[in-house]
Amino acid sequence: MIPGSFSYHRPASVADAVKLLSDLGEDARPLAGGHSLVPMMKLRLATPAHLIDLHGIATLKGIRRDGNNLVIGAMTTQHELLASEEISQAMPILHEAALLIADPQVRYRGTIGGNVANGDPGNDMPALMLTLGATYRLEGPGGSREVAASDFYQGAYFTTLEPGEILTSVSIPVPAAGHGSAYEKLKRKVGDYATAAAAVILTMASGKVATCSIGLTNVHETPLLAADAAKAVIGTSLDAATLKKAAAAAEAIMAPAADARGPVEYRKHVGGIMVTRALQRAAANAK
Amino acid sequence: MAKTHVTMKVNGAEVEGLVEPRTLLVHFIRENLQLTGTHIGCETTHCGACTVDIDGMSVKSCTMFAVQAQGSDITTVEGMANADGTLSALQEGFRMMHGLQCGFCTPGMIVRAHRLLKENPSPSEQEIRMGISGNICRCTGYQNIVKAIQYASAKINGVEFREAAE
Repeated sequence: MIPGSFSYHRPASVADAVKLLSDLGEDARPLAGGHSLVPMMKLRLATPAHLIDLHGIATLKGIRRDGNNLVIGAMTTQHELLASEEISQAMPILHEAALLIADPQVRYRGTIGGNVANGDPGNDMPALMLTLGATYRLEGPGGSREVAASDFYQGAYFTTLEPGEILTSVSIPVPAAGHGSAYEKLKRKVGDYATAAAAVILTMASGKVATCSIGLTNVHETPLLAADAAKAVIGTSLDAATLKKAAAAAEAIMAPAADARGPVEYRKHVGGIMVTRALQRAAANAK
Repeated sequence: MAKTHVTMKVNGAEVEGLVEPRTLLVHFIRENLQLTGTHIGCETTHCGACTVDIDGMSVKSCTMFAVQAQGSDITTVEGMANADGTLSALQEGFRMMHGLQCGFCTPGMIVRAHRLLKENPSPSEQEIRMGISGNICRCTGYQNIVKAIQYASAKINGVEFREAAE
C-alpha cells in the first residue's frame, strides 16, 4: 500500500502555509500528525497532489494560559496533552479523553488540531470541545477568525473551514473550580473509534446539579451537544427517574449509522447508557 | 516525481538517501538501508510491527513519510543491543521469558517497550498492557510479553525478577 505521488512542502510559518494552500488550491492538503490522512492516502481514498506539512511551524505547538482560557496550538500532540500538568489540573476530562484515543504510538503523532479539524464523526475531541465551549482560531488568506466549536461542524468531514484556511489553535475556557467531569466511551477494543461516547461537565451545589453540559461522540454525522438532556438534570440530585429522562433526551437527537459497531438501535441504546454513566461519575467527582 | 535527498541518524550512524515524497519511512528503512528487522504487518497503522523510535517517540513507521524524518534520530530493533553487543535487558527478558513465538511482532514490541521503560522504568502490569496496546501479537496472548517487560524493568532497576503466581 503505497500512496499516490505528491509534492512535499514544509513551510516554516502559518503565513507561508496559508499562501501555499491558497495558491495550490484543492489539490493541496495540510498534513498534521498524518494518522488519518496517510492511511487514507495509502488506500488511495485521498490523492492530494501537494502535501503541506505543518511540522516545521514552531508557533503551532504548545499549551499556554490566556486569562481564563487554555490555548492549545493545533500541532500539539495527544502525547503532549497527556504530559501537561496544566491540562490534568484544569480540565481533567481532556486528559481522560486523550488517553482513550487510539494507542500510544498514534498519540505521539496525532494532534489536537488534526483531531478537531478533520470533521470525522468518530474523533473524540470535537464533542469534548463542544462540551467545554471551546473556540477555534482559523487563519486564512483573508486574515484570521474565531469560530465556536459548536458552529464548526456541518456534516461528516464537512466543516466551516474555507479553502486556504488552517485551524491554528483551540481556546478552551477553564471550567469552574470543583467541577465534575467524565468521558464515557464504549469501544470494541483499544484503539477503536467509539460505538458511542458521552462527555459531561457539571457543577454541584448542595447535592444538586447547578450547571451541566453534555457532548456526544459518533452517534451522528457531527458531534452533538445534548442540550435538552443537560437541561433535564439541572436542579436534580440525578435520581433514577432523572437519569432515565436525560438518557432519553440524548437518544432523541442521536442518528448514528449502522456499521460494524452495531445497528442504529443498539448504538442509540448504548449512547444513552454512556450519558447515564458519565453523569453519575461526573457528579461523584465534583467537589 | 522528483526525488528528495534526506539525511538522518539511524542507530547512531549518519545515513542518507534519495526518496520520493511518497516513500514511507518503513520502506526507506527496509529497502534503502537494508535494515529488515523493522517489520511491515498490517500497513494500516494498527499492528505496531513497524514501530521505530524517533527523537524519543515510538512511531509506526508505515504512517510517516521518509522526508518527514529529515534530520531526526532513529533507533530500530537493530540498535537495541548494548554497545558491547550483548543483549539489552529487554532482549534478555524476551529470551528468558519466552516473549515470542513466531517473532513477527517482536521488533515492534521491543522498540515500543524500550520507550515505555524509558518513560516509566517501573510500570505496573496494567501500565505495560496499555503501553503496548498499539502492538498486536497473534501468538502469545501477551502473557509472556508482559513478563518479558517486567523482567527487563526489574533488571534495569537492579532488583530480582519474581514471576507473579498464576
